[in-house]
Amino acid sequence: MVEHPYGTGPVRVGVDVTSIAEVEAAVSSFGDRYVRRLFTDHEIETCSARDPHEGTAASLAARFAAKEAVLKVLEPSDSRPEWRDIEIVRHESGACRVRLHNRAASLADSRGVRALSVSLSHEAGIAVAVVAATCDPALDTTKTKGSEPRP
Amino acid sequence: MTEPYDETSRRIRDVLAAHARLPIAVDKLSDDDDLFQAGMTSHASVNVMLALEDAFDVEFPEVMLRKSTFSSIGALRRALEELEAQAVSA
Repeated sequence: MVEHPYGTGPVRVGVDVTSIAEVEAAVSSFGDRYVRRLFTDHEIETCSARDPHEGTAASLAARFAAKEAVLKVLEPSDSRPEWRDIEIVRHESGACRVRLHNRAASLADSRGVRALSVSLSHEAGIAVAVVAATCDPALDTTKTKGSEPRP
Repeated sequence: MTEPYDETSRRIRDVLAAHARLPIAVDKLSDDDDLFQAGMTSHASVNVMLALEDAFDVEFPEVMLRKSTFSSIGALRRALEELEAQAVSA
């Protein structure tokens, strides 16, 4: 049996769905401004390298959903971190991991979030992502007041 | 019943009509109606943000990237007026 380093700390879950057509429309309308505002160089590169039959928009939509799902776990009480501060890193195996930067990383630390797991999928015009976070039981912020929801 | 709009509100409404993907007509919304409750998704709010930046030649800073900024037409107008005032005083 593997003992979890954070014992029985709280688990947080976030989920989000994104329309692939909406992402296609955004790329068409705003081009590079949209892509570079929301996605890191790594994310853009890994999405572009996908099977052309799957489409770049589907991969981008899944990553957007993942960023929103992470944000639901982080529960910012003030302004949200920049989208690029929540990065979805794709490994050669195809597995994706969450990497946080700047304010997203400090927000996770303040919330006691110690590990994040993400799963992405897309089909039939919809992209979905689920994020699960294990938290430090000594920093259980599930009772924190005054969190402002974010878009 | 339509409301008389000032120029800024009209431009905001034009952007919402083009990019918010609301299931209802924008002219049926008051300045205080909650856009997310009206059906605007988180991704659509990104499109609205980018389109407003184009329309008003501004950029929303990180401090304004919160749900309340995009929650209503009135909130958007106040945010844009604040950004325009900052640009004038800069």
